[in-house]
Amino acid sequence: MIEVRDLCKSYDGKVVIDHLSFTVQPGVVTGFLGPNGAGKSTTMRLIVGLDRPTSGDATIGGIHYVELPRPLRVVGALLDAGATHKGRTAYDHLLYLAQTQGIPRGRVDEVLELVGLHDVAHERAGTFSLGMGQRLGLAAALIGDPSVLILDEPVNGLDPDGIMWIRNLVIHLASEGRTILVSSHLMSEIAATASDLIVIGRGRLIAACTTDEFVERSSKRTVLVKSPDAVALADLITSAGGHVETHGEGELIVTLVDAAHIGALAFTARLELHELTPQLASLEDAFMEQTHTSTEFGGHSSNSDSPVFATASSVGADR
Amino acid sequence: MTATVLHPPSEDVRLGRTGLDIGGLVRSEWTKIRSLRSSVAAFVLLVVATVGFTALFVGLTVTQWDQLDAVQKLTYQLDPTRLILGAGFQISQLAVCVLGVLVISNEYSSGTIRASLLAVPRRTPMLMTKAAVFAVLVFVVGEVAAFGAFAIGAPILHSKVPVGIGDPGVLHALFGAGLYGAVLGVFSIAIGAIVRHTAGGITGIIAFVLVLAPLTQLIPGAIGDHIYAYLPTSAGQLMVNARQGPKDLLTPWQGFGVVCLWTAVLMLVANYLLRRRDA
Repeated sequence: MIEVRDLCKSYDGKVVIDHLSFTVQPGVVTGFLGPNGAGKSTTMRLIVGLDRPTSGDATIGGIHYVELPRPLRVVGALLDAGATHKGRTAYDHLLYLAQTQGIPRGRVDEVLELVGLHDVAHERAGTFSLGMGQRLGLAAALIGDPSVLILDEPVNGLDPDGIMWIRNLVIHLASEGRTILVSSHLMSEIAATASDLIVIGRGRLIAACTTDEFVERSSKRTVLVKSPDAVALADLITSAGGHVETHGEGELIVTLVDAAHIGALAFTARLELHELTPQLASLEDAFMEQTHTSTEFGGHSSNSDSPVFATASSVGADR
Repeated sequence: MTATVLHPPSEDVRLGRTGLDIGGLVRSEWTKIRSLRSSVAAFVLLVVATVGFTALFVGLTVTQWDQLDAVQKLTYQLDPTRLILGAGFQISQLAVCVLGVLVISNEYSSGTIRASLLAVPRRTPMLMTKAAVFAVLVFVVGEVAAFGAFAIGAPILHSKVPVGIGDPGVLHALFGAGLYGAVLGVFSIAIGAIVRHTAGGITGIIAFVLVLAPLTQLIPGAIGDHIYAYLPTSAGQLMVNARQGPKDLLTPWQGFGVVCLWTAVLMLVANYLLRRRDA
């Protein structure tokens, strides 16, 4: 279990992490979400002691990372794939890490096999593609067979096969009871794997809940209405306080009024209904909605006025 | 299949608390050094260049012997070991400085430092074992270079100044070359750990050894002599002499103590910064 309590970090007076608190439970994949610059990587660096918190605390199973004499046996971290010397072979990189923890050499071969780098084990890391570098970073994280995994944007640079492979691996590892924190700035990557979410923006906690709750919580819930009397119905809904967008012939997208209310309006006015479907916001939309005020490098959002059609289940495919 | 490779996790993170494994850290630092082609090449170059320059310089001295003035001849006759080891030594000294800075600064430039510090989050044991492993390595390679230089330099010089390995002070000087090299290596690691940039660290230490140290000799009077005598390089180099020269303010072992003190202070600063700074 990872516990972060009231964590703060400033660089040169600029607040990057602002009183952040959350816990990450074992047995599930926890997605760590936020726009670029939200402080995800910094939080992870603070958890594993690479950076010192300005104040507050992060522990793993109640112990500070720096107090673990053989930390790689407890925590595996993939923070950036660039943490290997270009001139050193994959095997030697993993070997030197293993040696610091008293991990036998055989384990180096095991993790190389696991991440699919066995054939290039004795080639220099400088010759590796981005994806291979990412796999080597993952091998380093797994070298000590840790019960806690912290992965910062693990699918970066991976091809679709690699992305599927990482998703399955991460789900498998969680099913064994490990604690897994996976960061991403893309909802779609997380939607397929994470059942819990921690969402941050500008170093502050925006949400810590299950993925389903996160979507549920989003205010951007809409109702799709199809009716041959769409024009008349639209007037009724508007006067009842709803917001209506016309979408094609006889189709309305309604917000601010729920499906039951629309049904009642249609029934009273004796208008014919062909379809009346509540639409959940997609994870992507929920994410955009809840983080767009906290984007560090905010451009204008084109998302806010487009109708919401996608359902949560379709999100995984859109990248 | 993942199940064969990943074992069910242990409930207790305290399993990780089984104490620091110094032997493992030493093996790890050794792996880091030997797995980089560039550092292996630099060590080989160090020996070759030291021996080569010794032969060249001693050979030139012998051929020019008749043009030398009496004082110089006397200096060489008093301490031929200083002549033999002195030439190649300037080269190997610079090589050790560059290698020492590189051994730590390349961890920063490549990003490996983060992997290293994740493995040894207390940081101090990593710096200390790195310094120790490098020091032992420089000592061994330094001895190979020193004995190699003596083996090739002494016969060349023999016609002018006969010197044998059993002569008083010679073994001390040969032994001192490796010892000084080892301490200078640690000194360089400290500089590298403080500066954290390869180019900056190397420029800094070379400027110090080649420019600043000789410049202090230009300071007139006893003040200049004393400043120069207590600089890490000039103090440490005394170890490579078979005997205390007439102009030396310190004995070889006093000089060695001075360079050790410099190194200890810099290592303390490096360690303090390493623990304090974000990696």
